[in-house]
Amino acid sequence: MDHREALIAASNNRANLNYVAPGIEVQGLSLTYPDEPNALIDINLSIPGGEVTAVIGPSGCGKSTLLRCFNRMNDMLEGCQYSGSITLGDLNILDPMTDVTLLRRRVGMVFQQPNPFPMSIYDNVAYGPRIGGLRRRRDLDEVVENALRLAALWDEVKGQLGKNATVLSLGQQQRLVIARAIAVQPEVLLMDEPASSLDPISTLRIEELIYELKQSYTIVIVTHNMQQAARVSDRTAFLNQGQVVEYDATDKIFTNPSQRATEDYITGRYG
Amino acid sequence: MTNPDMFDYPDLNSARIRDEKINTLMTAATGAATLLAVVSVVAFLGFIVLLGGAWLAEEQALSATVGQQHSSNFELLLFGGRELASSGGVLPAIVGTVVLTLLMAVIVAPLGIVVALYLTEYSGGGWPTQLLRIGVQNLAAIPSIIYGVFGLAFFVYVIGGRIDELFYASNLPTPTFGTPGLLWASLTLALLTLPTVIVATEEGLLRIPSSLREGSRALGATRVETIFRVVLPAAAPSILTGIILAVARAAGEVAPLMLVGVVRYAPTLPVSIEAPFLQLEQKFMHLGFYVYDLTMHAPGSEGRVGIVAAASLLLVSVIVSLNIVALLLRVRLRRTYVQSGV
Ligand SMILES: Nc1ncnc2c1ncn2[C@@H]1O[C@H](COP(=O)(O)OP(=O)(O)OP(=O)(O)O)[C@@H](O)[C@H]1O
Ligand SMILES: [Mg+2]
Repeated sequence: MDHREALIAASNNRANLNYVAPGIEVQGLSLTYPDEPNALIDINLSIPGGEVTAVIGPSGCGKSTLLRCFNRMNDMLEGCQYSGSITLGDLNILDPMTDVTLLRRRVGMVFQQPNPFPMSIYDNVAYGPRIGGLRRRRDLDEVVENALRLAALWDEVKGQLGKNATVLSLGQQQRLVIARAIAVQPEVLLMDEPASSLDPISTLRIEELIYELKQSYTIVIVTHNMQQAARVSDRTAFLNQGQVVEYDATDKIFTNPSQRATEDYITGRYG
Repeated sequence: MTNPDMFDYPDLNSARIRDEKINTLMTAATGAATLLAVVSVVAFLGFIVLLGGAWLAEEQALSATVGQQHSSNFELLLFGGRELASSGGVLPAIVGTVVLTLLMAVIVAPLGIVVALYLTEYSGGGWPTQLLRIGVQNLAAIPSIIYGVFGLAFFVYVIGGRIDELFYASNLPTPTFGTPGLLWASLTLALLTLPTVIVATEEGLLRIPSSLREGSRALGATRVETIFRVVLPAAAPSILTGIILAVARAAGEVAPLMLVGVVRYAPTLPVSIEAPFLQLEQKFMHLGFYVYDLTMHAPGSEGRVGIVAAASLLLVSVIVSLNIVALLLRVRLRRTYVQSGV
């Protein structure tokens, strides 16, 4: 199956009302960096497909690290070691035999800092599909437009797709990298503080986007903003010092947490 | 209520006055140094432009005395004549310089880029890498004549000799590649300018934030795809800057070339309009050497300064032109890279 067929299959799947993106199962995941032996300790999470799962916790608790396990980005770091298992549907993510380039087409990522490539807006969004082998101009045009529309950026940039993406405002860049990620039609979207550098209006836009993508994507979002987590997510995991302290329905976490530490953190009494 | 301590800082005031004095002094000193630099450059350019230009404009300064048929000094310089030490004129020297420099650039660019890529993207960055890096940087400090000696010993005698044994045995003992020529001169210059290209490329590559590499990998690109689609294009301006510096340095070198291929007079050009277009084994003329030769051997002290200045003017113009071409290329590259796609 070439990339075009895969894309069509993916969007057909999505068009089907019954389609639900696969979930992620994390079992006994531990991770060490050379100078941080306890970055993640025995993480167990069952992230349901087609829902939004928020990961919250104090700075340095391992949120980004956990997210980067889902698309094996930690493989690029020298001396980073992990154990345990993560599965996406029937794909064993941490299996050394798993092709990470294919994995990353199924598990897209939006980074903590917007990182547009120093090329045109069009080329940024077309980057993933081109890597996947999509060549025909008409197909690319369509993919680019759809992705930009979904990311609520199309109206602002449609006349200037040839403009260098690095001159966009921070908020536009953040939506651009989201468009770039969804242009590949992944099943999972990992978002590491996608609204950290945004004004309230752009933040709202991104939250609407998340709401729209839900069901056809499994979304895992890291955020420091408690209101945001409460607004957009179905389930919330509270991490502290590399461990999952509590993982439950978002309503439950925010109204009636079972752990004292969770309550302290979400009410702002933490550190 | 007033607090006397709050307003009583006599030391602060004197410190401010001292700072202002130092500031004035620094402005004067840096300004004077800049002025000196500008004046020397202007004087140097003025010297060759005025003297060279005047000589070129003069009617038959030399030819009149010797009875040649050239109508102006400009023609004399271009096409040569018996009154010039290097008969054949400056034209073949210009061609030789340009061909040599371009060939050098074609050789050094991929080599330098590959080495820089290895240093930044592939080697772990441990002590062997550091050692290699320091070695490369020190290579730039070796006097160019040493490169010439190396080129003669290694390229000409070892490699060229081998090629002759293997492919041109029938011509021996007359050497084909086992003697100084265009290819060996280009290789020698490429070696000479390799550190320049490596260092500039490496700087460009290191300036690219790792977040761009991660962004590309996160979209399913392999390391190689990332290098070719994101890293190298983003570093292209730095790479071209390195090549421009390399061209500038190479076009001005004379000493090593005298050992590996440049001659005072070459009966034929190293390029032709028929295949194979480039005569890689040929000896060739070079503007830098031409200027040297004129200075040492031009007849009569009268016309000497003028003709040498004129030839220098040409040499500088050729180098400047090569640089302008490279600069335009860089601007164009930046534009196409940024605007491709729509
Ligand atoms: N590349 C790395 N090498 C070594 N240690 C790292 C690396 N990345 C993260 N760490 C360490 O792992 C721990 C978890 O870091 P991580 O980036 O996952 O935190 P985080 O929860 O995302 O924090 P923040 O909210 O500030 O983004 C920290 O102690 C950090 O210092
Ligand atoms: Mg983080």
